[in-house]
Amino acid sequence: MMIPLLNIPTQALFGQLLLGLINGAFYALLSLGLAVIFGMLNIVNFAHGALYMVGAFVAYFLLNIAGLGYWWALILAPIIVGAFGIFIERSMLQWLAGLDHLYGLLLTFGLALVIQGVFQAEFGSSGLPYSIPPALQGGQNLGFMYLPKYRGWVVIFSLFVCIATWYLIEKTKLGAYLRAATENPQLVRAFGVNVPLMITLTYGFGVALAALAGVLAAPINQVRPLMGAEFIIVVFAVVVIGGMGSIMGSVVTGFMLGVIEGLTKVFYPEASNTVVFVIMAIVLLIKPAGLFGRTA
Amino acid sequence: MTAQAITSSAAIDAAKRRDEMIAFAVMALFLLVAPAIIYPFFLMQALCFALFACAFNLLIGYVGLLSFGHAMFLGLAGYVSAHMAKTGAVDIGPLHLHFGPVDPVLAIVCGVAASAVLGVITGALAIRRQGIYFAMITLALSQMIYFFCLQAPFTHGEDGIQGVPQGKAFGLIDLSHQTTMYYFVLAVFLAGFLMIHRIINSPFGDVLKSIRENEPRAISLGYKTDQYKLAAFVLSAALVGLAGATKSIVAQNASLTDVENAMSGQVILMTLVGGLGTFFGPVVGAFIIIAMQNYLAGFGQWVTVIQGAIFVACVLAFRRGIIGEIAHRLGLSL
Repeated sequence: MMIPLLNIPTQALFGQLLLGLINGAFYALLSLGLAVIFGMLNIVNFAHGALYMVGAFVAYFLLNIAGLGYWWALILAPIIVGAFGIFIERSMLQWLAGLDHLYGLLLTFGLALVIQGVFQAEFGSSGLPYSIPPALQGGQNLGFMYLPKYRGWVVIFSLFVCIATWYLIEKTKLGAYLRAATENPQLVRAFGVNVPLMITLTYGFGVALAALAGVLAAPINQVRPLMGAEFIIVVFAVVVIGGMGSIMGSVVTGFMLGVIEGLTKVFYPEASNTVVFVIMAIVLLIKPAGLFGRTA
Repeated sequence: MTAQAITSSAAIDAAKRRDEMIAFAVMALFLLVAPAIIYPFFLMQALCFALFACAFNLLIGYVGLLSFGHAMFLGLAGYVSAHMAKTGAVDIGPLHLHFGPVDPVLAIVCGVAASAVLGVITGALAIRRQGIYFAMITLALSQMIYFFCLQAPFTHGEDGIQGVPQGKAFGLIDLSHQTTMYYFVLAVFLAGFLMIHRIINSPFGDVLKSIRENEPRAISLGYKTDQYKLAAFVLSAALVGLAGATKSIVAQNASLTDVENAMSGQVILMTLVGGLGTFFGPVVGAFIIIAMQNYLAGFGQWVTVIQGAIFVACVLAFRRGIIGEIAHRLGLSL
């Protein structure tokens, strides 16, 4: 039976809720990468949105040039973009160690301009189509709503990647090194751990997460040069709300804000663009360190 | 402190003041005669951006706060002054005031006031966090203002406000005459520039610099640093507003370009190229970036690529900027 809530059909409500969850999954993947990178490098990676876009483009190229489909892209795009990230870290970011954090922000902002500019000059601003893989086409009627298979897959797979990342960092030995190096790099180096290598790999990993989100987004949002440019600003707001101190915090905040944004689209569409920023302002007033942040 | 140390620091101060005086005289003289050699409209644009960059530099260069959202002050002031100069209608809630087109000077004052108010609100939020968070918060808030400007009726969304009358300043000085307009803009720029110089060299400015160097120590000395930071933020916002409002009267339009994040990025680039924390750097940087944009306009998106590359190059190898490098090499204070 349909239960109209405030005259809004449940179909539309759950549809937007699902879209919200998907956006939330992307927020979670991107803010997770930002948090991991910030922890090790003390750099806010402004190029994150641009690399998310590159991930989607790599999937597009793999399909149209090499003939490799979605599943290959899901593995190869993060590796290729991660390698590109490692190149960025080795050739540029490593020289900023010890400088004011702001320089890292400025450098990666410049990189984002270069990357986005090149793609815009080559592909214009319109979207390129990328179709849903055959195995995930169609959908399922759940009774209260129609669930497109691909969207369900994105939510579940993102959640899995987030939890796997959390496990890797919080529960494994490698993660313990990583956390220790975040706290006190000198001491960890003295124990014989190759910290610079860990920093490089961390950047590559964070960037690979962004690329993975890009591949997941390609069939939903089309492949556009500026797909990451506005997105990253919302992700920054998510990071401010959640605080970058905790991995789980980033994931929870990401999904939560995606859902809130989706619900806003149903109940008050005019505010759907700005609701995350409004929540950010409220959180700053009530709990300036962020929901999961440690007070300095 | 010994007597000798006091005299030497006084001597350094005097030398610093002399360097600045000479540089200011050179700049003012150049700008006075420039319209004879350079297209005045370009100069006016560049002067507005130079004031924009100087006001931005007040925060990053002297308080150490990197705002990634200064376009919101430039854009909002531009919209408000263009709206006042064109229609002069104020409809806020129950308030309906219709003045008709107002004097351009009054329109600019309205724009500055709007930016200052926005500065109080956004500044109070942003200073609750430090460093990179401050940058992210200002960026997010300015994105919010962008959406506001896209949707608010008085800004006319994608169309912007076109055909803004230039009118007569104080009812006397005819600004539709290009040379008159140029000297009006020059006067606004020099007033703003000198005001920033005054702020930085005041006791208030010394506290700002101490916050930049070591905020915990400034707090331990009893300064309420949050209030100082907010005051600096609002001053910067108001001065950016002055630049944006003047720009909209000069260009006779206000559009979304000025509120976009790309604009916030540009002002950072101008300041970085010229030299963070130097008096004259932002002016030089603004002229270079605006000139570059004019000459490279035909290259489309490649301009963005070039700007990004300059960003990367400056951060990696040229952090002092042009004026900062000159000052460093010659041992001057500029």
